[in-house]
Amino acid sequence: MELLDASLPYLLPIVYALAMISVFMGLCSYSVLAERKVSSWIQGRVGPNRTRLPLLGHIPILGNFLTRLGIFQPAADGLKFLFKEEIVPGHVNKFYYMLAPVVALAPALTTMVVLPFGRYVDVDGITQPLVLANVDLGMLIILGISSLGVYGIVLAGWASNSKYPFLGGIRASAQMISYELAMGLALLPVFMWAAFPGSDYGMSLFGAVQSQQTLWLFIWQPLSALIFLVALFAETNRLPFDMAESETDLVGGFHTEYGCFKFGLFFVAEYAHVIMGSALFVLLFLGGWNFLPGLADPWGDGLIGTLLSVAWFTAKVFAMIFFFIWMRWTLPRFRYDQVMSLGWKILLPLAVGNLVFNTIIIALYDTFTR
Amino acid sequence: MAKTKVLERKPLTFAEKTFLPQIVSGLKTTFGTMMQKGVTLQYPEERPNIPDNYRGVPTLVKDPNGREKCVSCQLCEFVCPPKAIRITPGEIDAEAEPDRAHVEKAPQEFEINMLRCIYCGLCQEVCPEEAIYLQDVFSLSGYSRGEMINKKEKLYELGGTLPDQHGKWDKKKAAEQAGNAH
Repeated sequence: MELLDASLPYLLPIVYALAMISVFMGLCSYSVLAERKVSSWIQGRVGPNRTRLPLLGHIPILGNFLTRLGIFQPAADGLKFLFKEEIVPGHVNKFYYMLAPVVALAPALTTMVVLPFGRYVDVDGITQPLVLANVDLGMLIILGISSLGVYGIVLAGWASNSKYPFLGGIRASAQMISYELAMGLALLPVFMWAAFPGSDYGMSLFGAVQSQQTLWLFIWQPLSALIFLVALFAETNRLPFDMAESETDLVGGFHTEYGCFKFGLFFVAEYAHVIMGSALFVLLFLGGWNFLPGLADPWGDGLIGTLLSVAWFTAKVFAMIFFFIWMRWTLPRFRYDQVMSLGWKILLPLAVGNLVFNTIIIALYDTFTR
Repeated sequence: MAKTKVLERKPLTFAEKTFLPQIVSGLKTTFGTMMQKGVTLQYPEERPNIPDNYRGVPTLVKDPNGREKCVSCQLCEFVCPPKAIRITPGEIDAEAEPDRAHVEKAPQEFEINMLRCIYCGLCQEVCPEEAIYLQDVFSLSGYSRGEMINKKEKLYELGGTLPDQHGKWDKKKAAEQAGNAH
C-alpha cells in the first residue's frame, strides 16, 4: 500500500498519457472512416458498409445500423495493414526508410501533451485546464514539435531513393517552410490580445481559451483566423495543398515506396496532424470549450460540468475535422508554383500587415484607456 | 456558318481574386450532394429491374402444359455464330407422351457452352418453336469449364415455363375431338 502511495505520482501521469494516446489513436482511425464516408457521400456513393464484427454486428437492429455506417471498418483497415507482407524495396536506405514513418507519427502524438481538452474547477474554486502538461509556452511547443513532422516526410522521400518520393519530399519541405512563417505570424495577434499585461496565462493555450469567454477570436480576428486556417491546411499536407502526395503527378508522393504497416503509420500520422490542427483551431479561434459567444460556461462545477466541457470541445473538434474533409473533396489541388506564390506573396504579407495593424490598435488602446 | 459571338472577358473583381466566394460556392455544391439520397444499388441484396427484352443467359422453356417445346430442329445450332450450342436429337418417350411421340422429336441432350456464348440472341430469333429464350439471368459463374456448359436440365431449370400464344398441341387435340384431325 505504501509502495502504491509512493509510486502514484509517477504512475498516474503514465496512465493518463496512455489513456490519451489510446483515445487519440481511436480518433485517428475513426477520422479515416469519416474521410471515407464523407467523401463517398459527397461523390454520391455509399462508402464502407459491409464490415461486420461477430457478436456486436449481429445485435438485431443496432448491428445492421452500425454495419451500414461502417463502424467496424477501421478494425479491418488496421488489421489489413498489420498482416500484409512487409516489403522493403532493394534500392532504399533501410535504416532511414524504417525510421521515417516513426519520425512522421511521433511529433503528431507528442504535441497532444500540451493540448487542453476541457476544464475543471479545483477545490479552491479556480478553473483549471484538463491537460497532460499545463505549460506556459504551450503554443510554442506545438509549433516547434509539429513542424518536426516534415522530417518524416523528407526522410521518407530521401530514403526511398527513387524519383517520385524524392520530389514529394522536396515539395513538402518547401511548402512547410513557407507556410510555417505565415502561421506563426497569424498567431501572434491572438496571443497579443489574450496575454495582455497582468494576465495569468502567458502563451498557454488555456489562456487563449479563457480569453474568449465573451467573444470568440474567430469573430473579431477573422483575418488571423483565415490565414491560420489556410496555413493549417498546408501544414497538414491536405488537399488543396497536398503537394507531398499529389497522386496525379507523383504517383504516391513521399510514400510511393511504402507498403503495409509503414504506410499505415504515415496514414495515421496525416490524420493525427488533422486532429491536432482541428483541436488547435478550435482552441485558438472557436472558443475551445466555451459554449457560445457571450454564454461562456453554463456548465456546473462538478464532474458533470467537466465532462460537458470536454464533450462540447470534442464536438467542435469533430466539426472542424468534418470541415477539413469537406474541403478536401471540394477543391482541386493547387499547382506547385501557385502554392509557393500564395504562401510567400499573399499570406506572408497579409500576416505581417495583420500583425502591424493589431500592434497599432493595441498601442492606441493602451495609450487612450489609461 | 454559325455566327460566333465573342464574349467580353472582364477582369476579375477583388472578391474573385481572393477565391473565397468560389470556394464557398464549391462547398455549398458538395454539401448539397452530400445531403442528396444516394443512387447506389446494394447489389447482392437489391437487384436491378431487368427489362423484358433483356438478352441474358439463353434458356429452354416449356409450354404451360409442361411439354418440351424444343423439337431439336438444330436451327439454333446452325445459326449460332460462336458455335456454342450442341444438340443431340432424340425420340420422345412413347409411354410418357403417346400423343407427341413419333410426331415430333425432342433433344436428347442440349448443351450451351456459356464460355462461347456471345448473348447475340440469334438462337431465340431463329427458333421456329419459340423454345429458346434469352431471359433475365445475367450473372453466371462456375468453378470449372465443365460447369460453364449448361446442360439440358440446367437450361430447363433456368427457363421455366413461359405463356404460349399458339397452343399448338391444344389446338390439335381440339381439332381431333371435332373430327377433323388433319
